[in-house]
Amino acid sequence: MLGFPVRRPATRTSTSRTGSALRRRIVLGLLVVLALALVTASFRESEDGPLHSAQAAAASALQPLQVALERVVRPFRDAYGWTAGLFDARAQAERLRAENEQLRLQVIQNESALQTNVELKRLLDYVEGPQFPRDYTYIATAVTSRPASAFEQEVVLPVGSRDGVELYAPVVTAEGLVGQVTRVTDGQSRVTLLTDQSSAVSALDVVTGAEGIVEQGQTGNTLVMNRVSKKDVVNVGDEIVTSGWRSGNLQSLYPRNIPIGRVTSVGSLNTDLYQQVQIASDVDFASLDSVLVLVRKPGSPR
Amino acid sequence: MTQALRVAVLVFLATVLQASLVSSVVAFGGSPDLLLLVLVGVALLCGAITGAVAGFGGGLLLDVLTLDTLGVTALVLALAGYFTGRYGETTGRDRGHAPIVAVVVATALVLVFGFLLHFLIGEAVSARRALLEALLPTIGLNLLLGAPVLALCRFALRRSERDGRVAEVQLLG
Repeated sequence: MLGFPVRRPATRTSTSRTGSALRRRIVLGLLVVLALALVTASFRESEDGPLHSAQAAAASALQPLQVALERVVRPFRDAYGWTAGLFDARAQAERLRAENEQLRLQVIQNESALQTNVELKRLLDYVEGPQFPRDYTYIATAVTSRPASAFEQEVVLPVGSRDGVELYAPVVTAEGLVGQVTRVTDGQSRVTLLTDQSSAVSALDVVTGAEGIVEQGQTGNTLVMNRVSKKDVVNVGDEIVTSGWRSGNLQSLYPRNIPIGRVTSVGSLNTDLYQQVQIASDVDFASLDSVLVLVRKPGSPR
Repeated sequence: MTQALRVAVLVFLATVLQASLVSSVVAFGGSPDLLLLVLVGVALLCGAITGAVAGFGGGLLLDVLTLDTLGVTALVLALAGYFTGRYGETTGRDRGHAPIVAVVVATALVLVFGFLLHFLIGEAVSARRALLEALLPTIGLNLLLGAPVLALCRFALRRSERDGRVAEVQLLG
């Protein structure tokens, strides 16, 4: 590619070769010394010193030539710049696309974190509020597994017995009762939701004091309050909470006054022994993110 | 025109072009060094002394044009011209690949030595930029640009042979 003949000096005598070598070294030595002297002087000298002034004058003298040359080559340089810019723009577009994708993911993560934050704030408000049972403490946790289908009304929590979770411990959110722990391992717990057909909670109407048992309703996410005597008064809109009964050594698994929902309809047939009370829970059982597992405080009555 | 004058004109044009045009051409992180290529051509064709003087003159002119510290580039290119010339006179003689080797080695050494000198006089230089990012692209670009530049040098300096003032023999080609 670069090959071209390298010439060599014509054959010389030994004396001339020695002289040539000496001359070569002298020239190189002089040039190096001169360069070093220039570097030193230029480096030490102030900006308005003679060397800098000479340099500026020489640069000014050569400036017209540079300007003329720059004008001549400008079209070529512009063409090069345009082509290089095109490649740069493509590379930049790729980079920006990747960055955009990353930012989009970050926005999603931020929104998710914001929602979690709101959820935890609500839980905190509930824990610090008057409705939180006094004999209990809590374990706040996320939900790691949700119901796979409408027939499986269970969720899994990443806390277990080593965290203090007990079997049949109530699980709540700020909106109300969620269910109870039905299986505990060292590091995980399974919670059976209130909407599961095996769940049943003794409850009462906060306004009228009417008592009954809240169970799964006709459809998956609805609840009904059964065994409400026809003598009791239940009104639409009344709040239903856990009754937390105690009878001798026996007591409800749930503490008193945990919200369950509000009455949406009340009805009864002449042939029925009890009233039909429909309840709507504020808990969104289909999208539980964070919950509180209630743990009885040590020393509290069992 | 004498050979010295031809060399001077060649080096002058290369320096002005380098300062005003070539140094602004950046590709793959490197920039070709036209002055160094001309210097390699001159040193290989004319010998170590001419190479050293041409390198010193071209470097000094480049320092003036770029308002850099006077003498830094002159020192680097004087040494580059001298040792390239010596290589052409000794080991590289009769070798077809001598120009390629000279371009690669001179480019690398000029970059490294230039970096060291600028570092020693306290100028802000990036070792990563000078020695890692720019080295290989600059060598590649110099190799690409080397063929036409060295051919031009050979053309410009061969004519002076007819003047009969240089006693040299052509070994190859």
